[in-house]
Amino acid sequence: MREYFKNIWAAIFTVSVGMKITFKHLFVPAVTIQYPDVKPKLPERERNRLYVNMDDCIGCDQCARACPVSAITIDTVKALPTEDLKTSQGRKKALWVTNFSIDFSKCCFCQLCVFPCPTVCIYMTDVYEFSEYKRENLLYNFSTLTTEEIKQKKTNYNLFEAEKAKEKAAKAAVAPVPAKAAPKEN
Amino acid sequence: MTYDFFYKLFGSQIIAAIIQSLLPLFIFILPFALFAVWLERKVSAHMQDRLGPMRVGWHGWLQTVADILKLIQKEDIVATASDKPLFNIAPVLVFVGTYAAFAAIPFSSAFIGSNLDLGVFFIVAVSGFVVAGILMAGWASNNKYSLLGSMRSVAQIISYEIPTMMVIITIVMITGTLNLNTLSEMQTGHFWNWMIFGGPVFGVSKFLMIPFMIVSFGIIYISTLAEVNRTPFDIPEAESELVSGYHTEYSGMKFAMFFLAEYANMFAVSAIVVALFFGGYQSPFGYVGHLFGLQWLVPIEQLLWFAAKGLFFVFVQMWLRWTLPRLRVDQLMTVCWKYLIPLAFVDLIIIGLITLI
Repeated sequence: MREYFKNIWAAIFTVSVGMKITFKHLFVPAVTIQYPDVKPKLPERERNRLYVNMDDCIGCDQCARACPVSAITIDTVKALPTEDLKTSQGRKKALWVTNFSIDFSKCCFCQLCVFPCPTVCIYMTDVYEFSEYKRENLLYNFSTLTTEEIKQKKTNYNLFEAEKAKEKAAKAAVAPVPAKAAPKEN
Repeated sequence: MTYDFFYKLFGSQIIAAIIQSLLPLFIFILPFALFAVWLERKVSAHMQDRLGPMRVGWHGWLQTVADILKLIQKEDIVATASDKPLFNIAPVLVFVGTYAAFAAIPFSSAFIGSNLDLGVFFIVAVSGFVVAGILMAGWASNNKYSLLGSMRSVAQIISYEIPTMMVIITIVMITGTLNLNTLSEMQTGHFWNWMIFGGPVFGVSKFLMIPFMIVSFGIIYISTLAEVNRTPFDIPEAESELVSGYHTEYSGMKFAMFFLAEYANMFAVSAIVVALFFGGYQSPFGYVGHLFGLQWLVPIEQLLWFAAKGLFFVFVQMWLRWTLPRLRVDQLMTVCWKYLIPLAFVDLIIIGLITLI
């Protein structure tokens, strides 16, 4: 008989304890973040979409070589000595970067490309909403040169090379090659 | 009163009766079901430190309207192996049982669907339809989970009708009427005239009755909770065991009917508890209408009070749902047969003795 009333008391007591807890939680501010309207604060070193500052890029290819999934493709053309290319820090650039493309469908966001960059021109941004309906749209090309400019740079360089070769040939014709003037390198 | 109004307006008893019978459905049950589903989602979300629906309308208040639109458009799937006539009748029967109960509920002194002398008895009797409908749904679905759910539901509803009836008899013993309107009228005045505070007759017996009335209220609240299959007594639907019980095989509008019936039922049982113990549509403090001499305002106020009291108990049902875990079948039966029924009997005897004083 005592057990019976104990049970009733336990039922009433435990239910009221539970109800008190849930009632308190009614007024606890929700942890939900209303995502598209309110965005959560990202951590300081978040790794999202890469960005390349093409003004600073010297086309050294170190990031492409560091990439474990070969997502970065870089093509370059040598600049002519008459063209004065400089980075924002005043460093001389010897190459035109004709193609700098990152395939974000391959990118694994490891950030390994960021560290070797000598001019700090490739870095992570806070953009993480860049889903696409087509896979081709994930191939980002950062090069600032237009197709005509690229063609022009190539022809310019080829012309320069040809001129140089001609000059060399002319020189060789005027004065015969000095016999083993300089010891071969390596 | 509303019936007379429509009778004068149209001059036909049939049209007036039809409008009178459809009024609670369109001005109360449907909006209430939509509101209650939204409220349930909000209450559950905030109790779990979430936000719930937020995107359709202000704080998602149109979410349930959108859901209903979706349900109306959905394909009505009837499984090949099901017993088709029963399968199609079941949701209608469940809804009819719930809807018929609203006929005898006094929303205000001006609006009561049918002023029956056997009001409470009618409600209890007509709720029996729900049991038949649920069993039909479970059987006709030809699905073991549905059948298990409906069997459990029937066992549960029939068991818990006993304590409910015992408590109703207790009240009837004091008041001497089964008419819900008269019951509400009796508890007029201030809140100390409510049945939970011993009824309108002032005397020693009133104060002796209060603790036993509170016990009766607890019993009827728990057992009506079980009758509408709400947690902690939701073993007929037990999502984690039985998919969703007797309405597993239903889709589209038929599922919506079960859903509507469930929420309408929640309000119906709250309304019975309110009418029996908490003064029905009576205001606890008096009326603004009487204060300013605006007699037409009183029934509207009464409707608001009734809705507010009913909604409060619906809220408590939700609160319990998101607090308590589900009972096992044997525990469920233990609660009913070993605790509620003996207590209800003892309560009945003691209150009977007190009324004799």
